[in-house]
Amino acid sequence: MIAVNPDACEMVIPDGIFRLEDYTSSKARWCSGCGAHSILNAVKLLCKEEQLPPEKTVFVSGIGCSGRFPHYMKTYGFHGLHGRAFPVASGVKFRRPDLHVFVITGDGDCCSIGAGHWVHAIRYNMKMVALLFDNSIYGLTKKQTSPTSPMGTMTNTHPTGSVLPPINPIQSTLGLPNVSFVAQTVDWKPAHLQATIQKAYEHPGLAFVRIVQRCPVFMHDTYEPTVKDPDAITVLNHEKGIKLSEKELMKFRHVIEHDPADIVKAREVAELVKKTLPIGLFYQNKEAVRYDEYGAHNMGISIPDRMKAIDHLMDRYAV
Amino acid sequence: MSDTTQTLAKPTSSTTGVKEAIVEIVSDSGEGAQKCGQSLGKISARMGNGVWTVEIIPAEIQPPARSREGASGIRVRIGQEEITNMGDQAHLVVALNEQVLFGRIEQNAYKAGTYLLIDNKWAEHTSPDIRRGYLDAILRFKKLGYIIHEIPIEKECLKLVSDARRGKNMWVLGLLCYIYDRDMDLATEQVKSIFQKKTDEVIRKNLDLLNAGYQWAEQNLELHFPIPARQIDEEIVVMNGNEAISLGVMAAGMEVCSMYPITPATSATHGMAETIQSAGGIIHQAEDEIAAIGFAIGASYAGKTAVTITSGPGIALKTEFIGLASMAEIPLVIIDVQRGGPSTGLPTKVEQGDLLAVLYGTPGDAPKFILAPSTIEECFHYVILARKLAEAFRIPVFVLSDANLATGVQPFKRPKIKEEWFASELDQHPWDTDIRPYEWDEDTGISKRPIPGQKGGVYTLTGLAHDEGSRVAYDSSINQRAMEARSRKLATLKDTLKPPKIHGDPSGDLLLVGWGSTRGAIEEAVSRAREKGASVSCVQLHFLNPLEPGLKEIFQRFKQVMTVEINYSDTLGHPHITEENRRYAQLAWYLRAQTLVDIDCFSHVFGQPMSPFRILKMLEEKLDKKLID
Ligand SMILES: Cc1ncc(C[n+]2csc(CCOP(=O)(O)OP(=O)(O)O)c2C)c(N)n1
Ligand code: SF4
Repeated sequence: MIAVNPDACEMVIPDGIFRLEDYTSSKARWCSGCGAHSILNAVKLLCKEEQLPPEKTVFVSGIGCSGRFPHYMKTYGFHGLHGRAFPVASGVKFRRPDLHVFVITGDGDCCSIGAGHWVHAIRYNMKMVALLFDNSIYGLTKKQTSPTSPMGTMTNTHPTGSVLPPINPIQSTLGLPNVSFVAQTVDWKPAHLQATIQKAYEHPGLAFVRIVQRCPVFMHDTYEPTVKDPDAITVLNHEKGIKLSEKELMKFRHVIEHDPADIVKAREVAELVKKTLPIGLFYQNKEAVRYDEYGAHNMGISIPDRMKAIDHLMDRYAV
Repeated sequence: MSDTTQTLAKPTSSTTGVKEAIVEIVSDSGEGAQKCGQSLGKISARMGNGVWTVEIIPAEIQPPARSREGASGIRVRIGQEEITNMGDQAHLVVALNEQVLFGRIEQNAYKAGTYLLIDNKWAEHTSPDIRRGYLDAILRFKKLGYIIHEIPIEKECLKLVSDARRGKNMWVLGLLCYIYDRDMDLATEQVKSIFQKKTDEVIRKNLDLLNAGYQWAEQNLELHFPIPARQIDEEIVVMNGNEAISLGVMAAGMEVCSMYPITPATSATHGMAETIQSAGGIIHQAEDEIAAIGFAIGASYAGKTAVTITSGPGIALKTEFIGLASMAEIPLVIIDVQRGGPSTGLPTKVEQGDLLAVLYGTPGDAPKFILAPSTIEECFHYVILARKLAEAFRIPVFVLSDANLATGVQPFKRPKIKEEWFASELDQHPWDTDIRPYEWDEDTGISKRPIPGQKGGVYTLTGLAHDEGSRVAYDSSINQRAMEARSRKLATLKDTLKPPKIHGDPSGDLLLVGWGSTRGAIEEAVSRAREKGASVSCVQLHFLNPLEPGLKEIFQRFKQVMTVEINYSDTLGHPHITEENRRYAQLAWYLRAQTLVDIDCFSHVFGQPMSPFRILKMLEEKLDKKLID
């Protein structure tokens, strides 16, 4: 590990140890005050804590402000198409169980154009972390209504206010088959954010984390009150949930006990959003079927054996 | 007995042997006609004969019995020499009921003089309607000039089995074995192999049916057209184009085949479903075509070059990802088994409708390679070639097959699987950090790619315009340079290709140009026309992007050049259609643009494969010369 030589006042960090800088690529170009910055920091910290080898780590994103995320990490990255991060990430993981795969997606990316893939990714339940950067608006394309925009949000496509009730991504995900990990956090509570991402990383399956993310440019009025109001958030607490220190927990006025094994209760708690924003682990099932295990189950068959199998099939067509 | 029941036809047998014959077996679905025809094809292939079989498939899974749209069956064309297409009108048809023949007649599958062997059980059916329908049909068939034999198929089968529905096909196989003088030892082996998983009792029954059919024909029919066997010294396999693709995918060593079901592409995945897992791969059935290609791209990016298999409507959905694969230089194999029309329309029917969509369908410029196999054997080998090209050039590679190749069955030399066909081991060596992830070679446009897991190679692949370092390009000159590099790969490949082979003389009055599955029909028509003294040659293109070199020079040696395709084009002389506004068939359109030669086209969208007859008819007109006897 780290070799410290107090006499020479030096600290030698051997090659094998990764520091935060080792995960840092170009400077993030998000607006100042954008919630994405703090998520980036939290993810880098996770990589460092877990000592993820950068070459074994892949961030796959869609398109949107959040889609730029992989460019700011010094790992492998795939900045693909709008809405399609899930299929790409699933393909990356399918025959490469050795890789740590992260999906970075936005609310339009995940819950609108990519909604079909979202549903199926939950069902595939491949081991990876999916971070939904939910700013409730289309940021990159400049303020159009998102499927998660609160009803009445004034946008460039609905100047007098959006007309439909929003999707609640937590509730929707909790309704999907084979769902195995659903958590919610906010970008402005670093300890909770960190603990949530950590928990997600440890989950043996697809960990779906909705991060309520501030977009000060387009959604200032939506998030400012939530950020300032100590009553706006309710923490879901449980020994099997997101672990916060006593001190951190004390910072929240509203804390409720919620057992993440209880999916029925989880769905009820997800409804709380109408009054207050619930953050924490809604649901976890470590036993759900994993498609990545199926994907990797027949790896490493030797070429001669593979040739034999094909030849055997060829026999069937021989005359 | 109906009054149409006739004494058997006058002796028409040929003892010297015939050069070839086209046989159809048609029935309601579920009567085993296809198994019968496939077996006839296999026996013939083992006798060294050329064979092409194609299934006749009704649109519905369970169409009503005795209906013209319910025709289910198979066409088998057998010849002394190699057979490359389904041919023209049938020589002989065995029909288990008469109604199913109407659909085939509409499709011009028969001619005056075609032998129709029809089960006569309907003449004595308890339903007067059915009896009348049968009689009417027989009368109509006679008027059309068909030579009718009403034969007691069911009656004879019932002597051996209690449920004739499950047995008639083997009896008919025996009958056909007599008519075309098939080797009965081989036929016996074939029947045994069909039922190898069944009890001895079942095998014995079916062998009895086979032999009974043979004997009945020998004693009662004077139809005997031996097709002489040919010595074969090499091992032969018999399969359709989709099965060949299946084997090709596995023999290419691809670990991921990602798809969403669509006819006529899906059966290519069925063909490998049982074996692929022991051959080291997996089929991923995605939630839709977009996800299917996204998944394949993810796997390819992670170093496991993948294949996605689909048909036209699937290609439409995959378009954006195809552009990404091209721009981000992800090796990928895309197999398009073309069919007619968009998501509905002529879904299971043949069309070569996707060439331009595949060439130009992506927004912006997106270079990709396009290969077009023209035989079943090529369906196998081109998949292997496609993966190699994809990796060597870091580019998406299309293989354009179609419904004709997908369902056409042909014998070919059994490929000997080679280790070098397989994808090489995943490269996880540390990456030389001096090499950037898109370090385009000035001359070839080719660059080396780091694969996740390679230390020092980390980069973020992006769909945005990017420089050699895969950094988002805010400088417009970078995009120009990157596009040039990607495009150069096409020219680089082209420089390694040879001009296509010409079938016929290297110059003359007319050159026909085809691509993909039409090859057999075009070459046969050209050979037949040449026998009649026509100055016509043909050339089949196998590389459509880049095109094989030397085309313009070849075209200039002919007075006229014309493509033959199965897709839509306007016909000159139709209302409003002029030289100026005529819409050309897809290859013609493309070749005109590429060569500035005034290329004509002959194309149609009847939903049927191209037949030599149709081409000959066209040639008669075009060359003003009688070519058909
Ligand atoms: C096929 C396609 N359609 C539309 C777009 C344009 N587009 C880019 S990002 C975006 C919405 C982004 O919103 P969101 O996913 O919420 O991400 P944010 O920018 O807010 O982070 C849209 C519509 C696109 N890139 N591709
Ligand atoms: S527009 Fe909003 S979401 Fe996008 S970078 Fe700026 S603050 Fe962040």
